[in-house]
Amino acid sequence: MGSTNSTLSKIPNVEELMRETGFSPAHIVRLYDRFESLDKEKTGHLRPEDFGAINRQDTVDFHSFVRILAHFRPAENNRPRDPSLPEPVNSRISKLKFAFQLYDLDKDGKISRAELLQVLRSMMEMQVTEEQLESIADRTIQEADLDRDDAISFEEFRKSLEKVNIDHKMSIRFLR
Amino acid sequence: VPSLSPFPFPFSPSMVATWMDGEKASGLGSNSSKGGLSLDVPMALRVFSVDYYHVQAPFEIVLWIMLASLAKLGFHWSGRLPAVVPESCLLIMVGLLVGGVIYGVRHSAPPTLSADAFFLFLLPPIVLDAGYFLPGKLFFENLGTILWYAVLGTLWNVLGIGVCLYGVCLLASGSLGDVSLLHCLLFSSLIAAVDPVAVLSVFQEIHVNEQLHILVFGESLLNDAVTVVLYKLFESFLRLPVVTGVDVLLGGCRVLGVGLGGLGVGLFFGLVAALTSRFTSRAQVIAPLFVFLYSYLSYLTSEMLHLSGIMAIVTCAVTMKQYVEANLSERSNTSIQYFLKMWSSVSETLIFIFLGVSTIQDVHMWSWAFVCSTLLLCLLWRATGVILLTAVVNKVRRNVVTFRDQFIIAYGGLRGAICFSLVFLIDDFPKKRLFITTTIVVILFTVFVQGMTIKPLVELLEVKRRKRNLPTVSEEIHSRLLDHLLAGIEDVVGYWGQHYWKDKFEQFNQRYLCRFLIREERQARSSIVRVYQELERRDERADEEHITHVDVRCQTRPHLLEEMDSIRRILTRNLHSFNNKQIPAYSRHTLHGTPAAEGRKPLRRHQSLGGKHSPWSQVTPTVHSITHSSIQPYS
Repeated sequence: MGSTNSTLSKIPNVEELMRETGFSPAHIVRLYDRFESLDKEKTGHLRPEDFGAINRQDTVDFHSFVRILAHFRPAENNRPRDPSLPEPVNSRISKLKFAFQLYDLDKDGKISRAELLQVLRSMMEMQVTEEQLESIADRTIQEADLDRDDAISFEEFRKSLEKVNIDHKMSIRFLR
Repeated sequence: VPSLSPFPFPFSPSMVATWMDGEKASGLGSNSSKGGLSLDVPMALRVFSVDYYHVQAPFEIVLWIMLASLAKLGFHWSGRLPAVVPESCLLIMVGLLVGGVIYGVRHSAPPTLSADAFFLFLLPPIVLDAGYFLPGKLFFENLGTILWYAVLGTLWNVLGIGVCLYGVCLLASGSLGDVSLLHCLLFSSLIAAVDPVAVLSVFQEIHVNEQLHILVFGESLLNDAVTVVLYKLFESFLRLPVVTGVDVLLGGCRVLGVGLGGLGVGLFFGLVAALTSRFTSRAQVIAPLFVFLYSYLSYLTSEMLHLSGIMAIVTCAVTMKQYVEANLSERSNTSIQYFLKMWSSVSETLIFIFLGVSTIQDVHMWSWAFVCSTLLLCLLWRATGVILLTAVVNKVRRNVVTFRDQFIIAYGGLRGAICFSLVFLIDDFPKKRLFITTTIVVILFTVFVQGMTIKPLVELLEVKRRKRNLPTVSEEIHSRLLDHLLAGIEDVVGYWGQHYWKDKFEQFNQRYLCRFLIREERQARSSIVRVYQELERRDERADEEHITHVDVRCQTRPHLLEEMDSIRRILTRNLHSFNNKQIPAYSRHTLHGTPAAEGRKPLRRHQSLGGKHSPWSQVTPTVHSITHSSIQPYS
């Protein structure tokens, strides 16, 4: 694994990264080792092939890798937050925003019925018919949609998940 | 007296001898060793004769087993009964019936159970059956939690019940004064042997989710091991003149050593068995025999070395299972499974028959204080143990053990065959009959009362819970999405605490063990099948990308109640979820299609697909697509 300092010096802009995401040096080193082991071609980028998917063009470099994973740190809610600082990446709101993006594929800030259907389709097994899926999607939108625009905005999404313990569900404990 | 020692049945030969003498004394015998009701035709050849005593012992045993099996047949044909009554109830009732018959017919001492017979012949099949059907991967994923419940929970129960019972004995010192602390601890160690598996059969119809299943199953298995070790420890303490603090310390070390030693012995025999099975392709008929021989040998070897036989046989079964299943033909595998079920069934039946016989004997010692306090303490300590342990373990687990699960684990702690056998085998001392009576009462109570009421109580609990906080459809769907997401992210990150060692072991397994222990042809074929499956799966995923254009509906109509119900039912049944899959539970009395065969096998990356690390060994297509869509650079 190498010593912490030598690995840290290999990463550009590592202090800024640590400040932005809140990870400790030991975690950054671990994530770097993991990144390297996933990045078999040693290009410095992770391509979808490394994850096993096909037909996509996007790549991920180490900084983005760390930034994404920073969402999954357990939130620390005992320290009073300085309101002038930007929202920490692992707060409840940020985690919810992250989850919202999984649905909102065209990035228009709303989950349309079609997007919801697509996610539902990939989550259900084969036996569910199209009408059942549609009726479930209808129900979901109906429950959450308060301004009746037949789509779920981020606020509505957040409200519908009020009772769910997001921090518990979206945290990887060892990343604390 | 004809010698009957070659027969491996649970009577000690001397017992049978007394039996026979009893018969002779009661005048049914005759002057010759041939005995029987032969016709008194002197000096001619006997054409027809009945010689019952010649076959008596095995005949009666077979009759008992036949009776119990016929009763089981009737039980399963009787409509709704199997869903309400656990099968242990039935076995106990048959045992009581047989006991009554024997008591009525015979007036000499009925057959009894000897320590050797129990530990050497009756216990191994039960434990081997449970060990062989243990779902390996799931077990190791939840190993921490299972060990937590089994070891700590059992210790909590044993010490708690033992000390409190001693307190009760001190309080009631008039009648119970001569029961020492060690006796109480010995008693509590055997009464803490729970058999929650017995209750799972009642949940056949509806949700026994995977997590609960493996927790209950694993806990019952390891709990047996811990119980037997503690029991033997306390027994050896009882034989010492005086017990000092050093002895207690040594006892603790011995427990650890015994457990680990058993583990080692089991591992050794498991690997040897796997290696042997590699060469059985030309003699397939005897291949199952090796499985049984090696398992039994591991048990006997560790008993010889005074190590934990249960740990040995379970480890042996778990170790050799994956290699043996790969090496042997389909039919051999099936015959192994059937034989295991058969033997463990017979074993359990015989033990319960002894229970019945022993219940209907003359001599019972009864003490209201002891019996009632034992019952109460058993329930109390188990409940508090489960609640406390779960509170701690839920902080560390991602998939919490829900209240319903806790209730099932705690209330479903029925006592069974092992309790009874262990109490029967205690060295004789004045209050032994009291212990036996109490144990019988506890077993009968837990099996009949708890066994039959657990399902209605759980349903009541769910109804109440459901009324209070019905999760909305949105919440269910979004929660499930988050579960998938987290599983994918965990895989990406290579979750150190869990998957790191698992990945390392898998690598070691694939590279060395499988090559060494599995036959050549079997190896190649399985990887090609795997590659094919992977390619198929990729095609499926590519199809999923196409979005069918759906008309946006203008109006939303209110949903009827039945629709809501049907939606909920669809969701619970169909959402891909990792830890709430509905699978049929392990049952000692039936064989279901093994989950590994039907469900999703974890996909191992073939060498040609690239990557020496296999971060995606456990994921489904859903997780692929969801995780990928999340790993996109965003502004």
